[in-house]
Amino acid sequence: MMRIQVNFSTLRQTRWHDYAVRFIFGGLITALAGIIARKFGPGIGGLFLAFPAIFPASATLIEKHEREKKESHGLKGEARGRSAASIDAAGSSMGSIGLFFFALVVSQFLARDRAWIVLGGATALWLGVSVAVWQIRKAL
Amino acid sequence: MSQSLARFIIGGAIVSAFAIIGDVLKPKSFAGLFGAAPSVALATLAMTIVSDGLSYAAIEGRSMMAGAIAFFIYASLVSRIMMRYKFRAILVTLCLIPVWLGVAGGVYYLVWVR
Repeated sequence: MMRIQVNFSTLRQTRWHDYAVRFIFGGLITALAGIIARKFGPGIGGLFLAFPAIFPASATLIEKHEREKKESHGLKGEARGRSAASIDAAGSSMGSIGLFFFALVVSQFLARDRAWIVLGGATALWLGVSVAVWQIRKAL
Repeated sequence: MSQSLARFIIGGAIVSAFAIIGDVLKPKSFAGLFGAAPSVALATLAMTIVSDGLSYAAIEGRSMMAGAIAFFIYASLVSRIMMRYKFRAILVTLCLIPVWLGVAGGVYYLVWVR
């Protein structure tokens, strides 16, 4: 079974403007989701709760990190960068299955149960389903 | 205006927190799970519950399911195209945003409007 590792050194590779870009995109889409819901109703606004807000920024960052890592050893890093971004996107597609179950729990229980329990439970379910899908995919 | 600003700050903070978790995890496919974290949803729902109530937020959660289906198709397409063709990530991820919009809107229309 593949081991999951935590590597804090990657944080040193990330420049401050990379963090700023993700903060701004995340903040903008959250604010935009509120504005859209106000203008077109919660049905349309709710769609944007699963908008890939920082996906382009994250994929670009991963591609850049992997390319630079390879190039620092005097090798061409284009293919490595693309491959890393592709693998990350595959992981996100598995995470989106968990995201569907998050939304399902919110839609079914939020109106009649305690909000913090529903949101906490839905987040735990997102993580559980996502990890389970990832493990099944790895086992195949 | 002040509510949008609060949403911007809370949303930016939660999205950044999940992104940093994804940054430090290995392997890449596992870290990628956090690219689909419910970060925008948590920030938005928390604010919506306070301003508009639980039932309103539950309706947002319902149509979020359509958004999640669109996210799955979007991320799968990005992965396939990045693996098969020599395009830059920024180009692929941005050009496929209309696919997310189309699928999310289409599923919403077919399931809840029609």
